[in-house]
Amino acid sequence: MRLGLVIDLDVCVGCHACAIACKQWNASGTIGPLSDYQPYGAEPSGVWFNRIRHYEMDEYPHNKTVNFPMSCNHCEDADCVTVCPTGASYKRAEDGIVLVDQDKCMGCNYCSWACPYGARELDRSSGTMKKCTLCVDRIYDEALAVEDRQPSCVLTCPAHARWFGDFDDPDSQVSRITRERGGFGLMPELGYNPTNQYLPPRRKPVIEVNSQPRSGLKESIKQFANKLVRR
Amino acid sequence: MHPAFSVIFFTVASGAGFGLFSLLFIADTFKLGGGFSQDQLVAGGLVSLGLIVFGLLSSTFHLANPKNAWRAFSRFRTSWLSREGVFAVVFMPLALIYLASIMFDAPLWLRESTGLLAAILAWITVFSTGMIYACLKTIRQWNTPLVPANYLALGYSSGSLLLLLGAVMAGLDTTPYIAMSAFIVSIAAVLKAIYYFWIRDPGLSPTINTATGLTRAKVKLLDTGHTHGTFLTQEFGYQLARSQATLLKVLVFAIGFGLPGLMLVWVFNAQGGQTLAWVAAIAGLLGAAMERWLFFAEARHVVNLYHGAQRC
Ligand code: SF4
Ligand code: SF4
Repeated sequence: MRLGLVIDLDVCVGCHACAIACKQWNASGTIGPLSDYQPYGAEPSGVWFNRIRHYEMDEYPHNKTVNFPMSCNHCEDADCVTVCPTGASYKRAEDGIVLVDQDKCMGCNYCSWACPYGARELDRSSGTMKKCTLCVDRIYDEALAVEDRQPSCVLTCPAHARWFGDFDDPDSQVSRITRERGGFGLMPELGYNPTNQYLPPRRKPVIEVNSQPRSGLKESIKQFANKLVRR
Repeated sequence: MHPAFSVIFFTVASGAGFGLFSLLFIADTFKLGGGFSQDQLVAGGLVSLGLIVFGLLSSTFHLANPKNAWRAFSRFRTSWLSREGVFAVVFMPLALIYLASIMFDAPLWLRESTGLLAAILAWITVFSTGMIYACLKTIRQWNTPLVPANYLALGYSSGSLLLLLGAVMAGLDTTPYIAMSAFIVSIAAVLKAIYYFWIRDPGLSPTINTATGLTRAKVKLLDTGHTHGTFLTQEFGYQLARSQATLLKVLVFAIGFGLPGLMLVWVFNAQGGQTLAWVAAIAGLLGAAMERWLFFAEARHVVNLYHGAQRC
């Protein structure tokens, strides 16, 4: 199995709900807490596994805002794992999930240097490296209903911009949608082979705004009456 | 990259220590300048081991969870950081046996073979230190074979200046030591110059377009999505003004290579002069420390693309 996410950049509305859901679940999950520093102070900061950034593509009037959620890509060739000197970082053979063993990590930051995607953050309170677990403590939980055995972010997304599944299965939803919509991995030139795939914003025809002549009062009354009268 | 002083100190001190040890072994084998006495060799060896141990200890200060530091030896097969630790630890007993066999007049074969092995391991350890950085594909300024070459050249050049100081203090014929220092310092200077020239050109590096996959038009950052800084901005956000970097490069060359070179000429003419040799050794170490600071400060991690950089 090669578990991962598909993120649809065409429909993500940039609401940060997935990041909040992630924080909520994982703060009390297997590698929690996700420490906050000065949460109510002047310089609020803290550990997050999922961050949403916002970009603008092209220039006015052809510009488009693209909201961009990012978390660990659970890369196939994850250098974060190879560089780790303690063996705390590892990639599971059975499903490809990349995890950090909190009991082994010495907090050297080296893995975060090796990650191109900024997916790893050091927790100052525990002194260990933390990152997205793909909700490994949810997706196999048989106490949950089958439809709930998905990462928190995927379940929460109000725009349905996130999908979870097995990329090794060519007929899985994630494989199909990636194929059909031309999904891509980020920064392929570095050769990490990220598992997570992003669906590009669709090319939409430009909507003409002022194409119809403005109708006068008489015309509007006529149209209104037309709607009322039964023929 | 954020320049962490513990790491700068570690790489400079241990590099100089390993360099000093290897060159001391050469000086002993060929009895350069008349040869050091037994006591002097042992003292020099202990200074080099002191630098190495001090450096290794200071490197643990940048760990957030040092109680697990012992585990760092466990991924020898994949991690250069692990390899560096293992090589340094294997080096230690060999170096100690070498020094002991000098002190207790052990048979020559034992002295020479342990010395040679330790010198080779010293070379491999410094190479591994360089590879810790050079193997990262995420930082263009580091991902080049010039990095381990620079680490080795600078370690050996500061080691050679320390050895020259020892030779002056011991009252040996300084000419061979001056020649050795001059040779190594100029190699280090040339390699560093090539490095600075090389990293000026971004070449085929990732851009904000490949980072976001939005390659069909210009992309710019609207909002990073965080209120204040994050771990990522603290660790990778550091940016050095170009004018400042240029100034520091001039200083690296003036203090790290120029001044020691001048002192070498002076020591040669005066046939001695402890103060001059001290100045050379300290300037060499100071230059190496500045070079190391700049090495971190100039490195731009690709994660900066997600924070708005157009190219890294
Ligand atoms: S996204 Fe980063 S942390 Fe996750 S597997 Fe890839 S390299 Fe490792
Ligand atoms: S911070 Fe922890 S997980 Fe990362 S490389 Fe160091 S020991 Fe490994």
